[in-house]
Amino acid sequence: MKFPDQLIPAPLRKPAKPGQNGHGNGSAPANLKDSPPERQADSQKLLDKAKEAPIDVAGWVDQRTGATSFVTGMLYRKVPKGTNWFYTLGSATLFAFAMQALTGVFLSMYYTPSPVEAYGSITHLTNDVFLGEFVRGTHKWGASVMTILIFLHMGRVFFFGAYKYPRELNWVIGVVLLILTLVMGFTGYLLPFDQRSFWATVVGVNINGTGPVVGPYLSDFLRAGAEFGPSTLSRFYAIHMLLVPGLMIALIGAHMYLVVKLGTTAPPWVRGAKPKPSRTVERVNAGANGRNGHNGASANGHSRVNGGNGRRVGKDDESQRE
Amino acid sequence: MNSRDKEQYLQEYEVLKKKGKPFFPYAVMKDSVMMLVVAIVIVVMALVLGAEQGPKADPTTTTYVPRPEWYFFFLFEVLRVIKPPELVPIATIGIPTIAMMLLLLLPFYDRNPERAPQRRPIATTAGCLTIVAMAYLTYLGASAGAPDKIEMEVAAEYEEGKQFVAQSGCLACHKIGENGNDGPGPELTEIAQQIPRAAIYRSLQIGPGIMPSYADARPNEINAAADFLATLD
Repeated sequence: MKFPDQLIPAPLRKPAKPGQNGHGNGSAPANLKDSPPERQADSQKLLDKAKEAPIDVAGWVDQRTGATSFVTGMLYRKVPKGTNWFYTLGSATLFAFAMQALTGVFLSMYYTPSPVEAYGSITHLTNDVFLGEFVRGTHKWGASVMTILIFLHMGRVFFFGAYKYPRELNWVIGVVLLILTLVMGFTGYLLPFDQRSFWATVVGVNINGTGPVVGPYLSDFLRAGAEFGPSTLSRFYAIHMLLVPGLMIALIGAHMYLVVKLGTTAPPWVRGAKPKPSRTVERVNAGANGRNGHNGASANGHSRVNGGNGRRVGKDDESQRE
Repeated sequence: MNSRDKEQYLQEYEVLKKKGKPFFPYAVMKDSVMMLVVAIVIVVMALVLGAEQGPKADPTTTTYVPRPEWYFFFLFEVLRVIKPPELVPIATIGIPTIAMMLLLLLPFYDRNPERAPQRRPIATTAGCLTIVAMAYLTYLGASAGAPDKIEMEVAAEYEEGKQFVAQSGCLACHKIGENGNDGPGPELTEIAQQIPRAAIYRSLQIGPGIMPSYADARPNEINAAADFLATLD
């Protein structure tokens, strides 16, 4: 795969070979006196200014957030040699989650979580609402696809040994996300409120109830009482709509933060060359600079912040002396 | 993994990273292609398979099939494999909980610094066996139907109870004669030898264990079902 150079920032680009881009070999303009460059009109100046507006806005935001170093560091961080298609399964799972979130929002606009009206609201959504059945189908099958993808992603991490040092914590977060995905599947299954989903949920909640110690409490919590009652459905709806998605978004954020910070693994069969002794020194220095970051971006970010602090501390010292 | 292994891994990772390509646009390109494939698959499934709506949930009707979503089949099938009633809690909560804890704590007990699957025979074998077991249990769950007929000659006065039992989803979990799935519930072919009619009736009322209760069904139907079941010996 070869991308145009414009997509890659200058420091990472390969330098052009002499004469490659035509520099120095182009023909000069025929005669400057015959066609002098025109004076810029006022409208042209305005246009130029407008063209710079996005850069000005970006600069304004960057001055206040310092986000540029993070964003460029994240985008242009290097992924290790040998990164292949197996490494797309995580982002594919994220994409399936985003699709579930989007279609779920539209479904919730028409859904009524009461035992009397739930079934009718789904019928209305399916038969009368524009694209209603399509969005519901997307949500229903998207759930299956997301479950498959999250298992495949976990399989990749397992067989590549990617859960080992230093990525143990990210594995734990990932397993919690897997469990939450299954909880979403379980709680969402009741919401259409047809016979199949109702009775499957009755049995499912009973299964939870047979567990030791916490079992009965868990099934009482899920049912909102000892019996399957009117508030059971709204309880499942709240868990499915608010509690679990909120947890998942937070944990996905943490998961991705650690991915960017620690970097993705290389496939276990790809070997780097034997590191030279000089490299050891370099790495130790890098570790001392930014204990938290192995990628250049966050190390840069830290040194910037530290520099800022240092200067401020310096000023404070001076004012104290005065 | 001792600290020397850790240091060595980080060094090698640094080298591999230096030899790699920038995330944007190279990895982003692959990710985007994959996302597009996922989107197309979901949309095609939604268009082709649709989202049909079953009959409305009704606690008082008795014709239903308690089937979970397909990705829970493997959990449900564990119940069929482990049948003795005193072991049911182990199957329902014990095994899934243990499996979950094993999965969650994997990096803490697998201390082998090796990463290549062919150099981690135990982990690779365990992973493959888990996948095979889950696939097999899912297949079992998918192919287990919920029959609604009992091919058994009974006296005319028990015919109504037989119909009720056949059409109430009992066969999804109980075996009666030649029909029904053998599990998670006990076989009912000779149930009258084991418990009296009053106990059968009570079971239908309260729904012991994971069985749903039939308390909302019409009393004469429950009575007829109990009468029929009490003849099975």
